This record gives sequence, C-alpha cells and structure tokens, in this order.
Amino acid sequence: MPLLLINVSPEPLSKPGMKGLVVITEFTPATSALGGALIGLAAVMMMLFLGRIMGATGIFSGAITPTSQRNWLWRVATLAGMISGPLAYLVFTGGFPVIDVPISTPALMIGGFIVGVGVTIGSGCTSGHGVCGIARLSPRSIVATLTFMATTSLTVYVIRHLAGAV
Amino acid sequence: MRLLAAYVTGLVFGLGISISGMANPAKVLNFFDFAGTWDPSLAFVMGGAVVVTFIGYRIVLRRPGPLLDNAFQVPTNRTLDTRLIGGSALFGVGWGIAGFCPGGALPALGTGKSEVFLFVAALVAGIGCAKLIQRRMR
Repeated sequence: MPLLLINVSPEPLSKPGMKGLVVITEFTPATSALGGALIGLAAVMMMLFLGRIMGATGIFSGAITPTSQRNWLWRVATLAGMISGPLAYLVFTGGFPVIDVPISTPALMIGGFIVGVGVTIGSGCTSGHGVCGIARLSPRSIVATLTFMATTSLTVYVIRHLAGAV
Repeated sequence: MRLLAAYVTGLVFGLGISISGMANPAKVLNFFDFAGTWDPSLAFVMGGAVVVTFIGYRIVLRRPGPLLDNAFQVPTNRTLDTRLIGGSALFGVGWGIAGFCPGGALPALGTGKSEVFLFVAALVAGIGCAKLIQRRMR
C-alpha cells in the first residue's frame, strides 16, 4: 500500500522529536483537559442559546447543503466562529496551534473522503456523538463512539505496525 | 443575536480544539497508537468535554426551552441500525488514516495550513457523495 506509507526512508530521521515521519508528541494532560472543558462549554452554550447539538458534522453539512435560511445562517456563523478559534489562540499565546501531518497528501485526502462518507451515514463524529451524545447518555452515540474508537485504533495499528510503514 | 451567540459558541469550540491538540493529526494518531508512540492526551480532551457537557446539559435542559429559539432540538432516534454502526466504523477508518476529524479540522482552517484545506476539500467530497447516494436510495 504505497499510498499509506508513513516512513519511506529506511533510516530514522535525526531531527529531535521525530521517529521517521511519525512525530513524537508530548503528553499534555492539563492543556488537553482545559481545551476539552472549553469544547464542553461550547456544547452547553449551543444548547442554552439555540437548543442544538454542537456537532461539527451536523453544523458543517448544514452549512454546505442549506435547507432553509433559518437553518443555514446560524450554522455558517458557528463555522465562522470555529475558524476564528486559532486566531483567538494566537492572541492568547502568540502563535498558532501546532499542526503536524505525519502522512502523505494522497493518504490525507483518501482519509478525508472516507471521514466525509462515514460521518454522513453515521450521523455524527467525535463532537456530536463522542461529546454531546455521550453526555446525553444516548445509546446510539455510545455505540457510535465505541465503534469509531475501535476502528480508528485498528486502522492506526494496521498502517503503523502491520503494513510495515514504521 | 442568534448569529452572535452562534459565532461566540463556535469561537469557544475552536479555541478549545486549538488548546486541546485535537487539531494536530500527529497527536490524534499517537493517541490511537498504543503499540507505538502513544500519547494519552486525547483521553483528557474527551474527559474534560464530556464532564462539562454532562453537568451543563443537566442544568440547561431543565429549562422550558433555549434562550434564542423555540424549543430544544435533541435527537430522539434510539434505534441502533447498520447505518449508524457502519457509518461510524467507516469514519474511524478515515480518522485513523488522516488524523483529522471534522471538529478538529474545521477550526484548523483558521491557521491557513494547506494540508487542512486539502483534508476539508476531501471531506466535502465525501459528504457530498454520501448525501447523493442516500438521496438515490430513498
């Protein structure tokens, strides 16, 4: 599967923090929990203000395939807010959040396409099912989340350890 | 007012994603790489988000309705069907390949990084294809 190759070089790169092209990331429990709490706060705000689920899939799908103006505008406004998030981060920290893409462009795009198909058929993603749905103790969301966490782990294992990519 | 509330809510979400590391595919993929370069950080993102939402929903949903709309619109479907499970399984495969989920990638557009735009373009294509197929099957 040459498209999915992560590390094509036989020798590990000597750059610190890198193992091949697999980037070693630092364990950040405090900032990750803080970011998670803000994601939760946004979910609560969305329910308090508009009575809706803060799911990225539903908001994005509704924004790119509008049904009515009333249902479209708030989604576009939310999306604009989401995209402004890294700018707010820039204001607080003086830099953009780190984004390291340790895979090839074709793999990134194949993955993106599969994510698009999957979240549409499965009616949600990490934010809608994983955060809002689990917080509502929705059986559908709990099953959806367990399912995608399992297949994500399996996919990463197959690509990184069985396909010999790393 | 509705739009301002929606914008600020999106901003808090996008800031949370930026701080948490969910916008970084390297970090996301490492969370799922138990047998390799494991980084448990994302458990803290999910944990923080679910705890805050769980408590907040219990307070907010006691109200007769939301502040800026007529009624709460929460999903009422409770059936576990093959579409839910198959779609979610497929999503996981894509997430495991790319390292971006929709909620991680959309705020990341704000950094202007070209990889994020490529992922979102492919995401749009996938959503469009799935919607077309769903319409045909109806």
